[in-house]
Amino acid sequence: MSLRATLRAVPTLLRIGVAETVAYRAEFLVWMLTTTLPLVMLGLWTSVASEQPFHGYSSPDFVAYYLATLIVRNLTGSWVVWQINEEVRHGQMSMRLLRPVHPFIQYGVSHVAAVPLRGLVALPIAAIMLFTTARESMSHDAAQVLLFIPSIVAAWLLTFAFLFALGSFAFFLDKAMSLMEVYFGVFAILSGYLIPLSLLPSWLRTLADWLPFRFMLSVPVEILTSRSLGAGRAAELVAAQWIWAAGVLALALTLWRAGVKRFEAVGQ
Amino acid sequence: MIRARDLRKHFKVHRRPPGLAAAVKSVFHRTYDLVKAVDGVSFTIERGERVGFLGPNGAGKTTTLKCLSGLLHPTSGDVEVENFVPQKREADFLRRITLVMGQKQQLIWDLPPADTYAMNRALFDVPQAQFDATMKELSDLLDLGELITKPTRQLSLGERMKCELACALLHRPTTLFLDEPTIGLDVSMQLAIREFIRAYNQRHEATVLLTSHYMDDVVALCPRVIVIDGGTIIHDGDLRGLVKTMHPGKLVSFTLGGPVAEDAIASLGDVIRREGARIVLQVSDAKLKDVVAHLLATLPVTDLSVEDPPLEDVMRAMFKDKAVGLAATQPVEAEA
Repeated sequence: MSLRATLRAVPTLLRIGVAETVAYRAEFLVWMLTTTLPLVMLGLWTSVASEQPFHGYSSPDFVAYYLATLIVRNLTGSWVVWQINEEVRHGQMSMRLLRPVHPFIQYGVSHVAAVPLRGLVALPIAAIMLFTTARESMSHDAAQVLLFIPSIVAAWLLTFAFLFALGSFAFFLDKAMSLMEVYFGVFAILSGYLIPLSLLPSWLRTLADWLPFRFMLSVPVEILTSRSLGAGRAAELVAAQWIWAAGVLALALTLWRAGVKRFEAVGQ
Repeated sequence: MIRARDLRKHFKVHRRPPGLAAAVKSVFHRTYDLVKAVDGVSFTIERGERVGFLGPNGAGKTTTLKCLSGLLHPTSGDVEVENFVPQKREADFLRRITLVMGQKQQLIWDLPPADTYAMNRALFDVPQAQFDATMKELSDLLDLGELITKPTRQLSLGERMKCELACALLHRPTTLFLDEPTIGLDVSMQLAIREFIRAYNQRHEATVLLTSHYMDDVVALCPRVIVIDGGTIIHDGDLRGLVKTMHPGKLVSFTLGGPVAEDAIASLGDVIRREGARIVLQVSDAKLKDVVAHLLATLPVTDLSVEDPPLEDVMRAMFKDKAVGLAATQPVEAEA
């Protein structure tokens, strides 16, 4: 479908996406609870750093870091692997493939539609706490903080494209969800979700610099909280995020195409 | 127009015997079988035709429909639907076709059908005025009324199927692939859906390719049938022709008003059924006139009718020993 026609479809898809999110309230609440891991880590690390800074992180630094992590995770979280896996296994994928808008857009818009509600509880609390109790531990460079906007958009796109690529394996494997477990294990360590990357051993930190996970979460968090980063370096990181996002998007669409070609919905 | 030329779709299927040992072995060494779901199928269906696609379970009907709608990439052969190559799934192609699978739904479960309709309007880029007009037409034909504003999960199976059909046709497709569209529905609902499909076909000159286990669907809707078995076509043509080939002759049903010697009846034709005074004979076309005259003249017959054999009997004869899963009783009376 033409780009213009696709764009015309977006407002309606967003509206339906919001209606769907509201309809699945219980599922939604459970999902929100699963994103509170940063709060657990926050409690742990603030007690470690309560008497003296730990590797340069004071207690408020940890508060700022994990609240920013919570915000970024809430805005970029994706369940597209689960969606694709379910639809392939249960046959609804056939119906989706018969619609003239690429499934990347269909899933993507439904994710965007869910953001306001998914962030409804966690986001305001995290934002208020961040700007009150941990304000001193945030970046004071306005240009750097402004770069958070393109950074979070790139992080969303990169995360979504990466998981869309992972979901495409549902066309090849019986249970693509097992890949999601491997992914989450690696992501939790190398994205800075569990602990700030600067606390990792140097070899692991170097590895994180060369993989996409840091650009999914740590970079926007760093842009919001690092006082030593500077707008110039932040801009470089955002550029790197967009390059990663473009590369992973191309890979995701290629994998999807190959997967659909292989789609063998026997008996579905 | 739909055209398939030497269409083949083969699947590699993993085979594993039951049991733990076999499960462990399959981790290290997998054996595969090649299943030829469709194996060299060719046919052409002209615009506006209604064609029944028949065959036993696993014959390749659904696989063929999926190749025609672009969901499956053929292993070899050519497929063309309305001058498009289906597996490319171009937007203009997808706007022209629809695939209704009786066991799959596209309505969003927790939202009213009206929301899925709005979503499809956006996805298919249907202008609002056309959407409103189509919605009204479908609503009248299917008697949707209040149904579209109730959450889908609260609809009965029949109500949901009506809403599914409307959803599949909102973009006014001109080629309809209908895979078991009446499955699980009660008789009156089956009738309503059948009437609707016929009306849509006539109003929009839409091409219809239908599979159904309910022979009544096929008899009522499809003047032409394609019969597939083991992935290959074994009959393509007129429905009555198929019945004639497989089951020559007619069924003569009559009720006796008094006792008659067994021999007097058996000499007239093959006794297919006897329930009390009600008897059904199969009689060849050549003898039909004489047999009917004889029955009326010499026996105490209180009523008599002559019919073609039911299609499901024909299909059972064609697919002896196979799971045909047919359900219908109506004699053949296909209408063009």
